[in-house]
Amino acid sequence: MMNRRGNLKALATAAALAAGSLTFSVQALAADTIKVGVLHSLSGTMAISETVLKDTVLMAIDEINAKGGVLGKKLEPVVVDPASNWPLFAEKTKQLLGQDKVSVIFGCWTSVSRKSVLPVVEEMNGLLFYPVQYEGEELSKNVFYTGAAPNQQAIPAVDYLMSKEGGAAKRWVLLGTDYVYPRTTNKILRAYLKSKGVKESDIDEKYTPFGHSDYQTIVADIKKFSAGGKTAVVSTINGDSNVPFYKELGNAGLKAKDVPVVAFSVGEEELRGVDTKPLVGHLAAWNYFMSIKNPANDEFIKKWSAYAKAKNIAGHKDKPLTNDPMEATYIGINMWKQAVEKAKTTDVDAVIKAMAGQTFKAPSGITSKMDEKNHHLHKSVFIGEIKADGQFNVVWKTPGPVKAKPWSPFIAGNEGKPDEPVKK
Amino acid sequence: MRRWMTRWTVVAGLLLACSAHALTSEEALGMAVGESDARIEALAKAVAHGDDKTAAYLQALADDAVKVAASKVLVVKDGQGLDPVSGQAMEVPADAEDVMLNNRLRGEIDTALAALKLFSSELSLRQQAALALLKEPDASRVPVLEKALASEKDAKVLALVRQALAAAQLGHADAAQRLVAAKTLAGSTQPEVLLLLNQQLTNEADPAVQSALKLAVAKVQDSLRWGERLGQLFTGASLGSILLLVALGLAITYGLMGVINMAHGELMMIGAYATYLVQVAFRQYLPGAFDLYLLAAVPVSFAVSALVGALLERSILKHLYGRPLETLLATWGISLILMQAVRSLFGAQNVGVENPAWMSGSVQLMSNLQLPWNRIIIIGFAAAVLLGMALMIGKTRLGLFVRGVTQNRPMASCMGVNTTRIDTYAFALGSGIAGLAGCALSQVGNVGPDLGQSYIVDAFMVVVLGGVGQLAGTVYAALGLGLVNKLLEGWTGAVLAKIAVLVFIIVFIQKRPQGIFAMKGRSAEA
Repeated sequence: MMNRRGNLKALATAAALAAGSLTFSVQALAADTIKVGVLHSLSGTMAISETVLKDTVLMAIDEINAKGGVLGKKLEPVVVDPASNWPLFAEKTKQLLGQDKVSVIFGCWTSVSRKSVLPVVEEMNGLLFYPVQYEGEELSKNVFYTGAAPNQQAIPAVDYLMSKEGGAAKRWVLLGTDYVYPRTTNKILRAYLKSKGVKESDIDEKYTPFGHSDYQTIVADIKKFSAGGKTAVVSTINGDSNVPFYKELGNAGLKAKDVPVVAFSVGEEELRGVDTKPLVGHLAAWNYFMSIKNPANDEFIKKWSAYAKAKNIAGHKDKPLTNDPMEATYIGINMWKQAVEKAKTTDVDAVIKAMAGQTFKAPSGITSKMDEKNHHLHKSVFIGEIKADGQFNVVWKTPGPVKAKPWSPFIAGNEGKPDEPVKK
Repeated sequence: MRRWMTRWTVVAGLLLACSAHALTSEEALGMAVGESDARIEALAKAVAHGDDKTAAYLQALADDAVKVAASKVLVVKDGQGLDPVSGQAMEVPADAEDVMLNNRLRGEIDTALAALKLFSSELSLRQQAALALLKEPDASRVPVLEKALASEKDAKVLALVRQALAAAQLGHADAAQRLVAAKTLAGSTQPEVLLLLNQQLTNEADPAVQSALKLAVAKVQDSLRWGERLGQLFTGASLGSILLLVALGLAITYGLMGVINMAHGELMMIGAYATYLVQVAFRQYLPGAFDLYLLAAVPVSFAVSALVGALLERSILKHLYGRPLETLLATWGISLILMQAVRSLFGAQNVGVENPAWMSGSVQLMSNLQLPWNRIIIIGFAAAVLLGMALMIGKTRLGLFVRGVTQNRPMASCMGVNTTRIDTYAFALGSGIAGLAGCALSQVGNVGPDLGQSYIVDAFMVVVLGGVGQLAGTVYAALGLGLVNKLLEGWTGAVLAKIAVLVFIIVFIQKRPQGIFAMKGRSAEA
């Protein structure tokens, strides 16, 4: 009896000691690190696109830490899963800023998630790096947009399809998932097409819910619509709906040379697991493709392949793929690091000031520059055609980087809005 | 018009200039690299006096099998290099780069190939070629088509060639020629012809030709109408078959047994993951028989889901019969546990389930009616599952017991039926059918942990609408909902169609709570 009680006591003391040393070590760690929040959906309909961005942030953090960290401190990632659930994005942001006290957040894919995070970041004066092309119409002091604005993706893509080289399209199907990004982009495109003399009856706008998986009617409708004139489809479908959409497109025999589909949210990662042979020639517009050849990209792909293998990342360990939002994430975190080093502090306002005019040698082959004023990157635009192996073949590109116009001139009321965040 | 004229003269001139000589390496290179306009010109030149070698080279270009190294082109097949001009084998240099095509060039090469194939000895090739030329008309092909018109013997191909010729002359400078072309094209049944006619209609100035074009458009539209209607019917039937598969299992567990089974969707999800595992196993151990994996996946997904269902029934649901509210909460909890378990095992991301080759592609029934194989097979599969289940419930001893127990439990028990065992069997059967549905869904949609969530509402809708406890009602409700949904979708768009269907069901259930078919007589639940 005695013996057992003694044992128990010893055990309890040992446990207390262990717990004590554990909290101590956590505290010690916390003092020496800079916390970095990672806010990407790891489950739900957007996981197909966002999971890999989380891994990209972690890779960049590993890389930065291996070179000694930032301001002599190591970066410590805090990963949360907002599960493709828009209100949960706001809650997780509150947790990251309020509880974990992160210095910066890398996150969001859909605009609806960014919109739900925005008030929290602004109120708590946080810092968000948003890595995905979007619809513009927003300019927050607390956000840096490392993806493309409409004039850096959507408008050049439509221009290409209207050109002789792109098939001289006369009729347009604007097809998207039903939320703010596709709706706004299509509003801009509609105004742009009209300014180019396209008639109202030659534009067909269609929306499907998130996670939609039955595209039979839509593909049949596109076929029918295309009988009225050379037609091109602009797809702003987001998330895993793209897989059934492209499967249906392939099965229905809608060939790219007859009706080309240009997508703004489909890259190398989304096409994994889709049989791309029937899709050869369909297009995507981005500011980066894995197939672009230059030393910076070779290095980026090599780093990612090694990281994916080391961390055993599902899918990527056997077939590593990179894409545009991964590149944008990578640029974002590196620019943030440079800005912190320039400001010599992680204080949000100082970092925001230091971000202006930062440059970074981007894997897309240009020296990417953060605009001095408008929180957007200057980017080259590429248009690629899907190849049989799921990669893209660049068929058109801008001669150099294009400055972002977050306030599109094709939306009424945007004239005269300042090209920088307005203090409230 | 002017472009058309210059092109015509250029090609005609070329035809005269170089009547017969084989493919040269300069030509091959000209088609492979440079600006699109220059490449297309090179293409037109080469085709004008094309021989078999040119055709083979163009085919290689179309198949993306051509590489360029040190300004020399070579065709690469299975890692083996080949000189397209001399036909000799050669080393593939390490710095060889793929020849890139864009959509415009791809279209040009396809039609150029078609022009060469027009004189093939095989009937099907000639037909394909004529069809391709009809779809992409070009004034420069007029001489080739005229030559084909003279030599063609087969009536069907001849008609196509005549239409292709008409299509190529639709932009002719002479209004009389255009009139003839419009009249010829009125007899076509190809949807692409509609595009050509509409395009010409916007540019046409001559009133006589205009009215002929309008007439032709109306005629072609008429001939296409049936294809459209059948296509719509098919998409409705396809959605209906999926709803039927999704709801059949629930028709047993909820309809017959009265268990409000919120975990039904997760049992489907388990079936889909079982299919995925079978696919992985086949790829690993039987890569040669990969295309057959789906056949093996059918019984496996049934067995796995049935087993999980039986376990659930034995361990939890058995204790909850007669307490619908608790069953609802318990099964909902189970569904969350199952989802999280799958997420922990396989990760939160979707897993890739590939269609076997025999389920990809489609069959062309009419010029504008193309039915994808995966949908056709799923409709057949749903019918087979329905038949199997109807036979099982209606004709076997087990089915008799299930009906007996669900209709009057104490009486069945008095007759010596082991009712608890029958409950387990019935629930396992319903779960197994859910597994089969999961197997089918893996072929049309995404396989992820929340696959079941998107179908559970549909499944309940179908069963409730059809009338609880009625198999026939489930069938009618599934097909009806599928058709109505697809008709509305064509009319109002996918988002509104979904809302409209929900509103319709709510109103319907208000008016007729027992569903389409009501249980009659004493067997109805008191």
